[in-house]
Amino acid sequence: MQDLPDPEQLLTAVARFLREDAGPALGRQGDNALAYQARVAANMVDTVARQTQLAPAADAAERRRLQALLGLPDEADLAALNRRLASRLADGTIDSSHPGLADHLWATTLAKLAVDQPGYDTYQRHQPTQPAGTP
Amino acid sequence: MSSAADTLAAGLAAVLAAPGGTPVTVGPVSRLSGGASQETWSFDAVVGGQDQPLILRRAPPGAELRGSGNAGLAAEAELIRRAGAAGVPVPEVVAVLRPQHGLGDGFVMRRLRGETLGRRVAAAHRPALAWQCGAALARIHSVDMAGGPDLRRTQPLAEVAHLADWHGRHGTVRPVFQLALRWLADHAPADVVPALVHGDFRNGNLMVDLDADGGALVGVLDWELAHLGDPMADLGWLGVNSWRYGRHQRPVGGFGHWAQLFDGYRSAGGTVDEARVHWWQVLGSLRWGVICESMGQAWLSGAEPVMEKAAIGRRASEAEIDLLDLLLPRAATP
Repeated sequence: MQDLPDPEQLLTAVARFLREDAGPALGRQGDNALAYQARVAANMVDTVARQTQLAPAADAAERRRLQALLGLPDEADLAALNRRLASRLADGTIDSSHPGLADHLWATTLAKLAVDQPGYDTYQRHQPTQPAGTP
Repeated sequence: MSSAADTLAAGLAAVLAAPGGTPVTVGPVSRLSGGASQETWSFDAVVGGQDQPLILRRAPPGAELRGSGNAGLAAEAELIRRAGAAGVPVPEVVAVLRPQHGLGDGFVMRRLRGETLGRRVAAAHRPALAWQCGAALARIHSVDMAGGPDLRRTQPLAEVAHLADWHGRHGTVRPVFQLALRWLADHAPADVVPALVHGDFRNGNLMVDLDADGGALVGVLDWELAHLGDPMADLGWLGVNSWRYGRHQRPVGGFGHWAQLFDGYRSAGGTVDEARVHWWQVLGSLRWGVICESMGQAWLSGAEPVMEKAAIGRRASEAEIDLLDLLLPRAATP
């Protein structure tokens, strides 16, 4: 068994170093481009941490929805299920009025944004628990 | 200054030297931005005793432009010249690089004063800017292209096929993109008589005077994606959510409203087709998603091992949520 700090905590430490120490130091040296890259790196570390935390449950829920939507209860491969949905949307055998499609695509996309870009405004506006949107 | 920058400065003095033998001094050049194939440099020159703030855009010798459909830098310079003559605010082109200069392809233009950072431009409601964008677009779309550079030609349905193919080459699986491709194909407007289309007219490529009352368009930049096609494409692209910087209540670049843009467009003789604008807005959201994918792909393949490309690859999901917001809307916080 591995010791603490755990992976999530290690990532938190790296992100904090990039954001609060390395980036500002580079900016003070006048290298704004590298300071910006440090902020990008910190955001990427945060993405990894969120994916580790959120993806297992999100993937399982996405798999269950796809199995029901496509009528393929025995297909467990999430990528294969997504390929099937993509090809059925492309050939029109599933269209936007298909029962459950809109709910599935919204749930799946919101789960992606929760990892990739929780600060993106369209994602923020579709958070039921968020207070009224800021102008 | 690096030796490469020294060589560049010396070369630029030759580029700017007038036939009359006016003395030219070129100050330090500094790199502003650019990828492997295209560079932007800022410098000051003294020409005949006059101080001139300038910008160099170039592809260094031996560089090949990434992606297809770029107009090319010599064509870009010619388009900026023609647009300026049609009354579009643009940075004046002062010199075009020739083979004998040995600096690659490119041109030198005047450095305008103003703001290009999208977040700052979108920080306030700028009705005059939205109106001026409309007027500038109508003038771009009426530029006489007779005898002009040879540009890519496209039509609405051809653009859908292009995006489907481009997305397909990435090998990614995105049901939302397939939904959008299908919607775009099913709702594609008819072909048009092609006009000059800027191709990347958005908040971030506009030089804006933030101090002018209501904002003022100082210059339309980055003409490298110019082509001949449906003029409504430029209006739709300007309304893509990613260029609103969080200010979705102001659909035009985060700084203005559709009515302001359309009024400005009509004032300069343009005809607005709102259904087409909406169709191009949907296509624009998908295009941004495929561009994000292509950057992620450039990192994955090792072609462009730049950290930020990997990060942008993950931004394709923002196009997915914007496409759902357009095609399968549901209640959201206003």
